[in-house]
Amino acid sequence: MIELDIEKRLGAFDLAVRFSAPETGITAIFGRSGAGKTSVVNALAGLLRPDRGTIKVGEEILFSSEAGIDRRPEQRRLGYVFQESRIFPHYSVRGNLRYGMRRGAASHPTLSFDAVVELLRLDPLLERRPRDLSGGERQRVAIGRALLAAPRLLLMDEPLASLDIAHRAEIIPFIERLRDRLSIPIVYVSHAMEEIIHLGDTLVMMSEGRVAAVGPVEEIASRLDLRPLTGRFGAGSVIRTTVAGSDLVFGLSELSFPGGRLRVPHLGLPLGTPVRARIRARDVSLALAPPKGISILNIFAGRVVEIAQDADPMVEVRLDIGTAARPVPLWARITRRSTHELTLEVGKPVYALVKSVALGRTSFSPYDASAEQDGG
Amino acid sequence: MPLTALEVSALELSLRVALVSVLTSLPFGLAAAWLLARTRFPGKSLIDGLIHLPLVLPPVVVGYALLVLFGRRGVVGAWLYESLGITLAFDWKGAALASAVMAFPLMVRAIRLSLEAVDRRLEAAARTLGAGPLRVLLTVTIPLTAPGILTGAILAFARSVGEFGATITFVSNIPEVTQTLPLALYSLIQQPGGEAAAARLTIIAIVVALLALIASEILARRIARRIAGAA
Repeated sequence: MIELDIEKRLGAFDLAVRFSAPETGITAIFGRSGAGKTSVVNALAGLLRPDRGTIKVGEEILFSSEAGIDRRPEQRRLGYVFQESRIFPHYSVRGNLRYGMRRGAASHPTLSFDAVVELLRLDPLLERRPRDLSGGERQRVAIGRALLAAPRLLLMDEPLASLDIAHRAEIIPFIERLRDRLSIPIVYVSHAMEEIIHLGDTLVMMSEGRVAAVGPVEEIASRLDLRPLTGRFGAGSVIRTTVAGSDLVFGLSELSFPGGRLRVPHLGLPLGTPVRARIRARDVSLALAPPKGISILNIFAGRVVEIAQDADPMVEVRLDIGTAARPVPLWARITRRSTHELTLEVGKPVYALVKSVALGRTSFSPYDASAEQDGG
Repeated sequence: MPLTALEVSALELSLRVALVSVLTSLPFGLAAAWLLARTRFPGKSLIDGLIHLPLVLPPVVVGYALLVLFGRRGVVGAWLYESLGITLAFDWKGAALASAVMAFPLMVRAIRLSLEAVDRRLEAAARTLGAGPLRVLLTVTIPLTAPGILTGAILAFARSVGEFGATITFVSNIPEVTQTLPLALYSLIQQPGGEAAAARLTIIAIVVALLALIASEILARRIARRIAGAA
């Protein structure tokens, strides 16, 4: 577990953060700028000393004001990928990568120099000087440099924020590879809900120096009371599924979840792979009876759980399309007029229609299924 | 034109004095720059003022103060002589000390500016990669301060080669012992018929200064290329 309970006064800003997260998968810290996310990561890394509290990773206490423990940053063995990459300008890429390498690390099976260079495709860059690197390349070098220091935990503070959209798309697959191929837990700070839905397992939501909520990403992201904090990130739901089959004739994959099967464009993943599927609320339509003669492949029976009423002409409706034992929340965005015409109310049975075509490749990401069990 | 014995000794002495003065004061210069750039303590502005004093005092005053402190009977000088057998007054080592004191503010200023320009976030990054404070200093801070250290050293060297007032007051003008280039030139100008010899010394001084400038320029460029990308 990563356990954190700290207080820190920073000028007029008051940070009081308390959460624990599993030491597996990606723990995403989400919040608007100024919410105190970076301060939390800096406190973890030992770059910011809390006024009070404790920080524990696994069995080791990194900081405790009561016990008088404050491990130095160099003793904490936490890798840190900074927003502005912080590549050493006076070393080559190879020199940067080697900077944190320890004698023991060279024999580490997944974190040898060659393995990291291969994982992040750094080979063509090795002899380059940092000034000749693009933003995306710099960030890859920064990730490699942090990994080669053999950290027990990798901290990433908005690693994509300083990049333009094209370079972001270049980095995300590498972060996915870290998550899928290395067993290093990651604490990932971001103010972009899209990134977190895509990458995160556990979500720590911060607001004004406090933790507003902690839990599995799909649970927190679907909570209506947190909507003011999550924002309309193209609001939607995240469903945990497993690859259950593929329709090679028509080029479709089937993802099963408690309550049904989702047919989506072929993903090319092995059977049984856990996949997180994100379905935007605006791609979900509702019907009172199962429609016939319709092109939509995904039709799920469910019932209305919640209707988010506000002044907008649009309304967000939360459904449960799971089973009695395992509810699966699904958000639908429809017009207020439709709500009226369908006489939707809480508890009413409905059918949710999801267009397969609306689900692009970025809607799916494999995840570490062990994280949720450990996370409890 | 072969150099005369006097010219050779003056030149050799000047270079030795300047080199020794720069090399021995460099660690102190680094420490002082570090203190001023990175730390806060009560009385810091006093230390700052003290370091800069030689820049604004008449050199003769500095020379006299050195004589009082480091002369054979001075507070520090007596101790140095009795415990280590070192005499500074009227010796070339004293000339090096006088030069070092006079050049110190220039050296500290250049290093301090460069040190303040070092991105401290790079040092924090090095810490997270497992480097302790000493390793961070040697592998990040000092390499990134290198241009300032070089500039400081060159300024101090040039100042040392040209040092006159404090030197002549502290160690006098003894041929082949403390008679550096400027002192030799001064002596020649005082002698009737010394103009030709003085002109030769002037040319030597110019050549030395030019060579030092060119060498520093080459070195500075090489360092700048190494750490480029910082901008």
